[in-house]
Amino acid sequence: MSKHIGEVILDVHHISLSFGGVKALADISFNVREHEIRAIIGPNGAGKSSMLNCINGVYTPQQGSITFRGQTFSHMDSHQVAVMGVARTFQNLALFKGMSVLDNIMTGRNLRMKSNLFMQALRWGPAEREEIQHRQRVEEIIDFLEIQPYRKTPVGQLPYGLQKRVDLGRALALEPQMLLLDEPMAGMNVEEKQDMCRFILDVNDEFGTTVVLIEHDMGVVMDISDRVVVLDYGKKIGDGTPDEVRNNPEVISAYLGTGH
Amino acid sequence: MNTTFPRLLRDHAQSRPADTALREKEYGIWQSISWATLFTQVNHLAHGFHLAGLQRGDHVVVVGANRPRLYAAMLAVQALGGVPIPLYQDAVATEYVFPINNAEVRFAVAENQEQVDKLLDIQPDCDSLTHIYYDDPRGLRNYKQAGLFSLSALVHEGENAAAQAPGFLSAQIDACQPDDVAAMFFTSGTTGNPKGVVHTHRSLLDRAQAGADFDHLTHREEVLAYMPLAWIGQNIFSYAQWLYCGYVVNCPESAETITIDLKEVGPTYYFAPPRVFEGLLTNVMIRMEDASPLKRRMFQFFMKVARDYGPKRMDGQAIGLWGRLLYGLGTMLVYGPLRNNLGFSRVRVGYTAGEAIGPDLFTFYRSIGINLKQLYGSTETAVFVCLQPDNQARADTVGVPCAGVEIKVADNGEILVKSAGLLKGYYKNPEATAEVLTADGWYHTSDAGFLDVHGHLKIIDRVKDVGRIQGGANDGAMFAPKYVENKLKFFQYIKEAVAYGDGRDKVCVMINIDFDAVGNWAERRNLPYAGYTDLAQKPEVYQLVLDCVEKVNADLAADKLLAGSQISRFLVLHKELDADDGELTRTNKVRRGFIADKYSVLVTALYDGLTQQYIETAVKFEDGRSGSVSATLRLMDAKTFAPVGQAA
Repeated sequence: MSKHIGEVILDVHHISLSFGGVKALADISFNVREHEIRAIIGPNGAGKSSMLNCINGVYTPQQGSITFRGQTFSHMDSHQVAVMGVARTFQNLALFKGMSVLDNIMTGRNLRMKSNLFMQALRWGPAEREEIQHRQRVEEIIDFLEIQPYRKTPVGQLPYGLQKRVDLGRALALEPQMLLLDEPMAGMNVEEKQDMCRFILDVNDEFGTTVVLIEHDMGVVMDISDRVVVLDYGKKIGDGTPDEVRNNPEVISAYLGTGH
Repeated sequence: MNTTFPRLLRDHAQSRPADTALREKEYGIWQSISWATLFTQVNHLAHGFHLAGLQRGDHVVVVGANRPRLYAAMLAVQALGGVPIPLYQDAVATEYVFPINNAEVRFAVAENQEQVDKLLDIQPDCDSLTHIYYDDPRGLRNYKQAGLFSLSALVHEGENAAAQAPGFLSAQIDACQPDDVAAMFFTSGTTGNPKGVVHTHRSLLDRAQAGADFDHLTHREEVLAYMPLAWIGQNIFSYAQWLYCGYVVNCPESAETITIDLKEVGPTYYFAPPRVFEGLLTNVMIRMEDASPLKRRMFQFFMKVARDYGPKRMDGQAIGLWGRLLYGLGTMLVYGPLRNNLGFSRVRVGYTAGEAIGPDLFTFYRSIGINLKQLYGSTETAVFVCLQPDNQARADTVGVPCAGVEIKVADNGEILVKSAGLLKGYYKNPEATAEVLTADGWYHTSDAGFLDVHGHLKIIDRVKDVGRIQGGANDGAMFAPKYVENKLKFFQYIKEAVAYGDGRDKVCVMINIDFDAVGNWAERRNLPYAGYTDLAQKPEVYQLVLDCVEKVNADLAADKLLAGSQISRFLVLHKELDADDGELTRTNKVRRGFIADKYSVLVTALYDGLTQQYIETAVKFEDGRSGSVSATLRLMDAKTFAPVGQAA
């Protein structure tokens, strides 16, 4: 791959998170470089989604700090994170099921709309012009993700694999610098997984978007990631290129089990 | 027609520069390209190709869907005296090797990454192929292969050159003569290598004109271009006739959005092979079965009204007041909305060609007020040989010879054609040319048929396929496999059928069920199934197919000529016949001989009277991987009927 991987843009520093007595994350540190595809993998309950939620500002870690583009935060604010150019998708799809694909992706533009609700409702002043501009961007995303046939279809009627694609589309509508993907390939068949891989690689390649993804399926991750962090029971047990991680004995035992 | 494609383009660009030539749906909006813009684009492309070294007479392969820039590229190549060769975009890469080597192709224009990948794959086998241009850059930014260029870059280079040599394109266009070769089409061919059918500007435009005059086409028509450009039908309708009439060709957004695009465009001139009409009807029927009882009853009632009065109305016969009233009400409540839903509201002339169309299917469309007609022609005749006049469309004939066509029937029943639209010859294949094109100018269609009492042509089958039953009760009877297969395929549950009987004592068929239709039928009966193979082998499905087979037999029994072609035994295949596995041609015609070899155990089992047979078949997936499907198939007897009017 010819892409240029840049400086560290996200640095997670000694993060610990617990829910009552349950330690979800224990002293986790890792960084993400610009333009890379960074995977967080681990078995069920390893703390992958919690990690993403800390970066995203959904959870506030009890200890540690997160540095994004030189600014250090002890806690991220979701709105603030979005403004800084970080978008995410959800493991269990948080789409508006009754709304069309187009409208769902349009909601991703919300942050970039200047006109207020009132103006939009009345299509008053610059609101209409603005909507046209945003629609144009949304159409580019629809084209990019090849979902033109479903533009007007309510999301709830689409198969799961396509809903995942719409979810990605909405995140892309934010024009993020960094994309957090929570199990983008979960519950998909092989063909849908291949499609999704291609889209993730294309987003990374064509828009230069940094991608942090959580995945369960080792095979997929190893193929598309530049570097991988492995979590197990809230602890970091591996970090490095896919090959390094694949040969790490701790990772092998976490995934395959060892005879004790 | 004493002109060429590029000259027609120039005429349109000069006489009506601002009129729309092409439309393409992109980013959700129909973007229009005027004749003047198109001409400019062709100018730049022509300069670009010229700089890249394209010579007069060079062949240029074009692979991709209907995209304005591919049309422009073809025009630019023709303007320079080159010959575009459109190839089927869904063909596997290896199928491109022969045409490219045969025609010593140096330049290829590909639509997108998918096509570029295929061309790069076969490039080592094609020494002549040095330049590959792509239209859509998506996914190609990291391709560093030498000889791979974007059309945009070519346009850009051409733009600079065009500024310095303003008279270049016109001079080139003037140099290109009507009798020069305009395009080459590779026929898929059921055996051996494909053959390059060479057409001149004159031959293509002569037929384009004949067809356009027959139906009084004007520059106001709207056409949706969605069939492969490599199919001569598409090429005539959306390229030759487009340039002759100057109407608007609309390019759909993607292959999946065609039904939506059809509705939005509302074409006035429409053509499709029967399977497209069949697919649309199946869709309607499936959705009607899910409708509320009231709507369903209304639909059924008015469809009966349509069957009673619709065809008469289309044929211009008198209908009583009551009939007119009922039909008028039906138009308001059912036919109008249905036509609109199908995207056929504005269709003035609709054609089906390429295969026989089922009488029910044909009547359905005509009865709801769509002027659907049939035509007869082939790649070698530049399509238009016979056409049905507006008021004389019948399901079992293909119309009357159109202007400039002479037809005669040879002693063996073969139809011979003479017209100005005949091929110049097969490329580098004088033997094959001599076989079909005799010195006195008759083209041998290899179709068997006859002109009926009204002067309409009726096709029975391919001459070489028409056989005789040998031995058994029907010894010596005529056997026309395609005739039998088509009768079966007219049932919505049957997608494909392959019939055997020539030189044998009885007729046996292998059948492919239509997965959508039968799947829906099964769901309605709470019949669980685990996929195509499982569904195909259900006893209930066999019973369903048996009913169809016996109906066909009853029908055949009434036919004097073909009563002996009744089906004695059949089986339902465990996999869909597929062009990727070589079982169908790229135009979806069954390759009977190939299938007989591939499934020889099944054919033997049919004739040996076995009741079941195990089979394992290798399959090729679209991405080139292969796997295998295995199943134990059931074989079944069908009832045959005594020929009508004879003692049993």
